[in-house]
Amino acid sequence: MELTETFLQLILTLDMTVRLSVVLILACLAGLFSERAGIVDIGLEGKMLIAAFFSAVAAYHSGNAWIGVLAGIAASMTFALIHGIASIAYRGNQLISGVALNFLASGLTVVIGNAWYKEGGRTPPLAGEARFSEITLPFADLIRDLPVIGPLYADVISGQKAIVYLAFLVVPLTWWVLFRTRFGLRLRAVGENPASVDTAGISVNRQRYAAVLIAGVLCGIAGAYLATSQAASFGREMTAGRGYIALAALIFAKWRPFYALMACLLFGLLEAISNLYPNIDVFGIFSIPVQFTQALPYILTVVILAGFIGKAIPPKASGEPYIKER
Amino acid sequence: MANDSVLGRLTDAAPAIELRGITKSFGAVEANKNISLKVSKGTIHGIVGENGAGKSTLMSILYGFYKADAGEIFINGRKTPIPDSQAAIAAGIGMVHQHFKLVENFTVLENVILGAEDGALLKPSLAKARAVLVDLAREYELEVDPDQTIENLSVGHQQRVEILKALYRQADILILDEPTGVLTPSEAEHLFRILKNLRDQGKTLILITHKLKEIMNATDTVSVMRRGEMTATVKTADTSPGELAELMVGRKVLLRVDKKPAATGKTVLEVRDLKVKDSAGVERLKGISFEVCAGEILGIAGVAGNGQSELLEVLGGIASASGSVRINDHQLDLTGRYSDGQSRRARGISHVPEDRQRLGLIMDFMAWENACFGYHHDPKYQKNPLMMDNGAILADTEQKMQRFDIRPPNPRLPAHSFSGGNQQKIVLAREIERNPDILLVGQPTRGVDIGAIEFIHQQIVALRDAGKAILLVSVELDEILSLSDRVAVMFDGRIQGERITAETDEKELGLLMAGMNVEAA
Amino acid sequence: MDKIPRWADIFLVPFINLVLAFAASGLVVLAIGENPFDAIYYMIRGALGSTSGLGYTLYYATNYIFTGLAVAVAFHARLFNIGGEGQAAVSGIGVAVVVLAFDWPHWALALPFAIIGAGVMGAAWAFIPAYLQAKRGSHIVITTIMFNFIGAALMGFLLNGILKNPNTQNAESIGFGPGAHLPTAHEVLAPLGIAFSKSAPLNISFLLALLCAAGVWFLLWRTRLGYQIRAFGQSEAAAKYAGISSVKIIILTMLISGALAGMLSINVVMGEQERLIKEFVEGAGFVGIAVALMGRSHPFGIVLAALLFGMLTQGGFELLWEMPAISREMVLVIQALIILFTGALDNMVRDPVEKLFRRIRKGRI
Repeated sequence: MELTETFLQLILTLDMTVRLSVVLILACLAGLFSERAGIVDIGLEGKMLIAAFFSAVAAYHSGNAWIGVLAGIAASMTFALIHGIASIAYRGNQLISGVALNFLASGLTVVIGNAWYKEGGRTPPLAGEARFSEITLPFADLIRDLPVIGPLYADVISGQKAIVYLAFLVVPLTWWVLFRTRFGLRLRAVGENPASVDTAGISVNRQRYAAVLIAGVLCGIAGAYLATSQAASFGREMTAGRGYIALAALIFAKWRPFYALMACLLFGLLEAISNLYPNIDVFGIFSIPVQFTQALPYILTVVILAGFIGKAIPPKASGEPYIKER
Repeated sequence: MANDSVLGRLTDAAPAIELRGITKSFGAVEANKNISLKVSKGTIHGIVGENGAGKSTLMSILYGFYKADAGEIFINGRKTPIPDSQAAIAAGIGMVHQHFKLVENFTVLENVILGAEDGALLKPSLAKARAVLVDLAREYELEVDPDQTIENLSVGHQQRVEILKALYRQADILILDEPTGVLTPSEAEHLFRILKNLRDQGKTLILITHKLKEIMNATDTVSVMRRGEMTATVKTADTSPGELAELMVGRKVLLRVDKKPAATGKTVLEVRDLKVKDSAGVERLKGISFEVCAGEILGIAGVAGNGQSELLEVLGGIASASGSVRINDHQLDLTGRYSDGQSRRARGISHVPEDRQRLGLIMDFMAWENACFGYHHDPKYQKNPLMMDNGAILADTEQKMQRFDIRPPNPRLPAHSFSGGNQQKIVLAREIERNPDILLVGQPTRGVDIGAIEFIHQQIVALRDAGKAILLVSVELDEILSLSDRVAVMFDGRIQGERITAETDEKELGLLMAGMNVEAA
Repeated sequence: MDKIPRWADIFLVPFINLVLAFAASGLVVLAIGENPFDAIYYMIRGALGSTSGLGYTLYYATNYIFTGLAVAVAFHARLFNIGGEGQAAVSGIGVAVVVLAFDWPHWALALPFAIIGAGVMGAAWAFIPAYLQAKRGSHIVITTIMFNFIGAALMGFLLNGILKNPNTQNAESIGFGPGAHLPTAHEVLAPLGIAFSKSAPLNISFLLALLCAAGVWFLLWRTRLGYQIRAFGQSEAAAKYAGISSVKIIILTMLISGALAGMLSINVVMGEQERLIKEFVEGAGFVGIAVALMGRSHPFGIVLAALLFGMLTQGGFELLWEMPAISREMVLVIQALIILFTGALDNMVRDPVEKLFRRIRKGRI
């Protein structure tokens, strides 16, 4: 009895972990593309936020969640392009550009949201086709009753929303693109030693723009997931620092796709725990305050960045604008 | 036989490369002034000139890295505009840069195909490159392990990868910019064998260097550049090093430094079994021992990257180490609280670092702020325990500028607006005027014009004659030979041999630099 | 020779940046369906049109001077402190504890101790990110942001727990005693025969802000510590050569930065609210980034930029009355655009200006 109860809790926690880690995975891979090409992207947060807003708006008015995703991607790519222009064409400080875009996103979403819907920045709730629904994988109901495997397949692996599966597919895809294609070779070269690409007669800037825009697409999907899958409308500051946590996960993963997946699942698990068990009782002696469990993902981010994980060496040229030497 | 065919080609009608009236300026600086040049097919053409004479700029234009303001380029008699590197590669031009353009964590194969891939997927390109590399290796003595990552290759092998990159792109014209700067004499010899091999197969090579000996040994024809202008083009056989030197500088050069015999005193610096590991855990100094006495200059010779920089960094308090270092019989702290630059200065060690722009100066600080850099704790620069005495520092800087003839003598200019020689004088003035017990000086004349070189050498010798100990690190063997009283040669983190300067010569030191064991005479 | 004259570097380029940022903001206003010129008019009238408006403008400017200086000091050591928000919030605890601990007889006695309380708590909140950056190389941008979140959680915990006023539903402390009341502009100016709005929260903290600005200038360009901070910020490698300890500089700079951010709670918690509430910083920590960038990290520039942002904030509130379609986050948009144009897109303006001056010079010769 006790055991099955615990097991059900575990299934519930794992299911939530998967749901919550999707945003982190997509954002983390976005950061991976960008930083592997030498552009530091602290603006993952802002891109996701603006994408979440416009995807909610588009989904609401069109009644179609996929149109919402496209709108989110478009909004996020616009921000990515601004970041690209600032840091590639005008050799600006990439940190400052990212921070500015984050502020711009938190301001714009509320200003526009208020002007259009007058609900304190919220967008109207999404229902029906405007939201993604859960996809039941084949045989889910059939094997549900099998011990362990059954619930794991039926409730954790099956029954997720489309973007969840997409996110988990993007991980191997990212690996393949980076390490098996010409595009990936050049992208990594640009992040390590842009001069090597430049002397080969290939545009460093074009390669970097491509990477930044891919980051825009992935953040767009992440933001759309927040507003149309995880929640059912846009709410102000709904990204809640996940863009920064994704960056910490990226460092933790040492800029490698599969490690990034693991790191994001870990953070997702943490968030799931703090959502499911806000008041953890320690042997009935005292209960951990809810504020602490809420702050737990942030605290762990700091702990991980403190480098109790070995040394993380970023791509050599990351953060440096490329200027031909004289 | 081979020589005849080379001379025959010299008179061929269409030159492989012809430049007409190339002009290029960066802001107010005219790097290339109306330069014309013809290089015949199948020859090795040398270009010599001082630092900043415009050699690299000219070659960067030929390689499409910069666009010329005016002028035309002809390849094999046909006018060929080269707006970018892609056009240069298409015209059959390849370049081996002074600083290699390799991706360090890529394999040799990946570096070779980068930018010359055959399709969107890597697999076929990698397979093709592997086959081509085997052929090239056989043809030109260019063996290198295709699956090794660059960071695990020696510098000489990295250079081969650069050459292979160009040949893989089917270059007929190969430009090499200061290719021997990082090579041991034997590696350099191997390189020149490769180059002659390439020439005999009909390739055209341009060799940029400031080493006259290489020009004499390796080239068929040579051009001299000075201050952005091409001052002469001659057949190598018809000229001499002396003549070339004069053409480079524009006047007769004093290649030797006048100095009295050393009057050595007691030991000032004593180094025993010094070991250093870098951040990756690789041992850079593998237990070296030596001493320097008052009133002598100990020169540390060696090819760059054999531990000289680490040695200076340890003694200057930048890196930590194990072993023992004593200054005037005082044991130095090599790892703890007192292993920093401040503690070293307090012990009477002054340090003119190898890379003055990165370490010795803050380029955006004004000259006066730089003139107290590292000595900002000195009581004479303080107004009170909290404040610095900016007035006193300014006055002090003005004096230094006068004594060291630093131009322009304006202490309020930022360091980046001084020439290389004057920047170096700012550092030297700061370090020498401390009246140290020992002066550490690295690459004192790198990137410095000839006039300032003489002055800097005189200052170093004068400090020696004042009874100070001097540790001189230089990759220029000529500089080592003309300044130092004793020479220690470093190779692979060890001292390969130590000689009295007067009792050795370039050849012996060259063998030591290559890691050979040579019995002292 | 420098590429452009000093005046162009200090005034012309930032001015053009600012104009561009405002133009972009105008587009946003236009998109919402309001007239941007009307908006500007309402904002200026609201910010400067009355002593009440002016009092609010200077009150906000006081906050921004503190946070702007905090960001700028860190910038000089090439550290990007985005944690001003959290440092300021947590410093409120220091003020509250000091003020509530005693029954202060006079504000002049309470103020120095409150300053210490605020400074110590602000510095403490900057210390861990600083220490981790110095010792372990942890990305200070991310850690300071995380500490903003953690700080908010801490405030929530304390204000719902031991610091909570039991007589109210809200998460806030009990009110401060009258002995800790800081003189407002009205009280200071009235004896001099100057009538100043009674409602405006402007208080003597404004003078403290100006004092801090002067102090930061003195620190950076007159003291040995300032010299070392600037040297370290310009070149970490050279600083090491000179024997400047990176650990010491990073930590000291961040402590100073955090303490400066903490001064904000003197103005808000002690000067205006006279109790500790949960969200009293209201984004001022982030505005500090824009202020520091606009002010080119120079205290004088920061004071000017802070005044501008004070006007924006106060004018923005007035705007809400006149144009209900616009929300107060409009100020955040303008601020973001200013950071973007002055901080990241600076070369977009600088390159053409440099070209222009080169042409002018050539024309003269």
